[in-house]
Amino acid sequence: MLAFTIRRIFEAAIVMLTVALMAFVLFRFVGDPVNQMVGQDTTLAEREELRERLGLNDPVIVQFGRFIWNAARYDFGVSYQVKRPVTSLIAERFPATFELALTAALFAVLLGIPMGVYTGIHRDSWLSKLFLSVSLIGISLPTFLIGILLIYVFAVQLGVLPSFGRGEVIRIGGWTTGFFTASGLKALILPAITLGLFQMTLVTRLVRSQMLEVLRTDYIKFARARGLSDRAVNFGHALKNTLIPVITIIGLQLGAIIAFAIITETVFQWPGMGLMFIQAVQNADIPVMSAYLLLVAFLFVLINLIVDLLYVWIDPRVRIYGREA
Amino acid sequence: MKLRIMTLAAALAAAALAAPAEAKTFRYAFQGDLNALDPYTLNETFTLGALGNVMEGLTKRDRDLKIIPGLAERWEIAEPTRWRFYLRKGVKFHNGEDFTADDVVFSAERALSPESNIKSRIAAGTKVVKVDDHTVDFITTGPNPILHYEWDTWYIFSKKWSEDNGATKVQTSSSQLSPFTLKANGTGPFLVESHQPGVKTVFKPNPKWWGKPEHNLTEIIFQTIKSDATRVAALLSGEIDMMDPVPVQDIARVKANASTDVLTGPELRTIFLNMDSLRDELLYSDVKGKNPFKDARVRKAFYQAIDMEAIHSRVMRGNSANSALLISPLLFSRAAEFKRHAYDPDAAKKLLAEAGYPNGFGVEMDCPNDRYVNDEAVCQAVVAMLARIGIKAKLNAMPKAKYFEKAGATQKYDSSFNLLGWTPGSFDSHNVLLNLVGCRDGKGSGAFNYGGYCNKQVDDLANKILIETDNTKRDDLIAQAFRIVHEEAGLIPLHQQALAWGVSKKVKIVQRADNQILFYWAQKE
Repeated sequence: MLAFTIRRIFEAAIVMLTVALMAFVLFRFVGDPVNQMVGQDTTLAEREELRERLGLNDPVIVQFGRFIWNAARYDFGVSYQVKRPVTSLIAERFPATFELALTAALFAVLLGIPMGVYTGIHRDSWLSKLFLSVSLIGISLPTFLIGILLIYVFAVQLGVLPSFGRGEVIRIGGWTTGFFTASGLKALILPAITLGLFQMTLVTRLVRSQMLEVLRTDYIKFARARGLSDRAVNFGHALKNTLIPVITIIGLQLGAIIAFAIITETVFQWPGMGLMFIQAVQNADIPVMSAYLLLVAFLFVLINLIVDLLYVWIDPRVRIYGREA
Repeated sequence: MKLRIMTLAAALAAAALAAPAEAKTFRYAFQGDLNALDPYTLNETFTLGALGNVMEGLTKRDRDLKIIPGLAERWEIAEPTRWRFYLRKGVKFHNGEDFTADDVVFSAERALSPESNIKSRIAAGTKVVKVDDHTVDFITTGPNPILHYEWDTWYIFSKKWSEDNGATKVQTSSSQLSPFTLKANGTGPFLVESHQPGVKTVFKPNPKWWGKPEHNLTEIIFQTIKSDATRVAALLSGEIDMMDPVPVQDIARVKANASTDVLTGPELRTIFLNMDSLRDELLYSDVKGKNPFKDARVRKAFYQAIDMEAIHSRVMRGNSANSALLISPLLFSRAAEFKRHAYDPDAAKKLLAEAGYPNGFGVEMDCPNDRYVNDEAVCQAVVAMLARIGIKAKLNAMPKAKYFEKAGATQKYDSSFNLLGWTPGSFDSHNVLLNLVGCRDGKGSGAFNYGGYCNKQVDDLANKILIETDNTKRDDLIAQAFRIVHEEAGLIPLHQQALAWGVSKKVKIVQRADNQILFYWAQKE
């Protein structure tokens, strides 16, 4: 178990380094950050001086080495555009993204699982068909379109929900939260649905297919033969056994939700990390981009690691394989 | 019953009238962020405009961009190289300090410090001398007729406040943001109540402002909304009162909505095309061993091949003004004398044949795709129009960060044919002749001459224009210079794009052609 963990952590470190290197090589093609930092009247000599001061004239390998050395000490430099330390920018933007992702994930799970169970049990009812059609929309429509449609209906036409922003937030220590104000909660609804819709449909379809499979198994037939109530069979026996793969997927999707909140945040002007990243890309703000990519890689690596370790704990077969390896 | 309702209504109306300060909150959104509140950090219209509500310069510009007194009540040219400014008395900064000549001297030093991004506001070598508490002399190295042209955005800092807040040095472009850049202390009609960069900024009227307020606002809230569709939706739903810019394709929709309207007007920025006429061989062309753009006939053929009416009506949907000059007609009194070379593909073909390219040639065109209004679409139209005269142009559209790197000085003007836009910071033709048209000397002249066009005659005229103090003579010199560029089609001016602000019908606001969003004259119902 210990060897397994150590090997996994070692692999994770390699993944992180690879991501950092690839990101860094790509940054050579995003354009000139200096032009985005100064006004049009700045002279060429001043621009050159700034480039030198930022270390942009050094060879890529030197810049990369410097970046890794600083990153290892949790120093990602100062944003070219906003001119504040990237770590504090991320700390400031993370709560917004996290609350949005959490709400979207809850929305996906709390709606997706019951819908999946229902469509699994009542395969041919019209409600199941409706659920499946809705989920088809969720899978096939791009996120930005869903966001704009929701804004159009609920903000412009009905005027009941805000079209952008986070509403009023309350500051608790270093964390800002919109969970405790009416405007904060209202502002959360549309972005959370936009972000969570795809995951919800995924959960629905996953639970449905798992249910269909489990309901065919012998122990369900046996349970029915024992005369247990439908509820006990469906939820006590069937659902429980469908949940193991579902939990895995949800764990991984949480990482995806955080990482890919970019589009949703841009559409709703949600002041989170994704919006920050988009602005950084447009302005060739290399410190912010590199830190964000590393953070996302770290989240994925961490979640994968936890999932792997959970597997070992849950499934004895993996444990045996792990010991042999 | 009816009577009772009427009485009630009357009572309510009376109450509304009697209410001393009804809250008038003006909410607006822009596509970009407001970051540092230090106006010397970033020389950019939106930032300078937002801070122009809070801080003031010695001069100001009115609704029509005419120079009017600001913190200086009046000024005179004592000698050709010595200007005397008489400062307004009894002006106080937001924190209660008095405004004096020391603040002006300090602000001049600060503006000229190495990290400053607005050094061009004060001509190099100018000495700033305090005469008494309310008089300041500016001693220039030579006669300078446009000394104060940009001073409406050279905002005066309080010396004492800056010292107390560690703000004596300008925030450098590369280093960390100093805490003072999240605060602002000016003399203007509004003060910053709170500022969260990239999220929200709240302004309140300054009750002790020296002037007479012409607005009726009690609070102003600024928020960034990056996504075009969301910005439009926020305006249509009434969550904001004003936003900038309205995407060209949404103008009709915002106008059609009962509670909103679009304010349009010509912007100062001119969009134009550069052709590399400097190199002996083009970097990106199938013509080898020579450079076709060195021949004025080829440049003119390109000029005459472009149907600006079509671009105006189709690409810009009527929201542009075709231009014969590299400067907005609002900024040059004799602009009306200039007419575009007529659109005439046959004449263009003939010119190409005369120059030795009867079958045209191939060239690559570089174009930004996120900088100007419909920039990429304009380039696509140009490419299609050039095809009609046999020019096979290949379009490279790219994000601005990449574009300015490639076509600009960073990669040594690595481009043969490109599109650029320019607003002269000084609102004056000399800036255009120096930056866009002047021969590239690697120092200052021609830094934004992306085509490398070079004509010594024009440079000589520009040098004369710099020091000519007689306005009529000066305009004559400017016209001569522009005439030369026009005749040999050194660059191809296209149009001035239009400003488009989406506004709620409850709001009256003045739209200035420089696109600064100022609340000075804003009224809300």
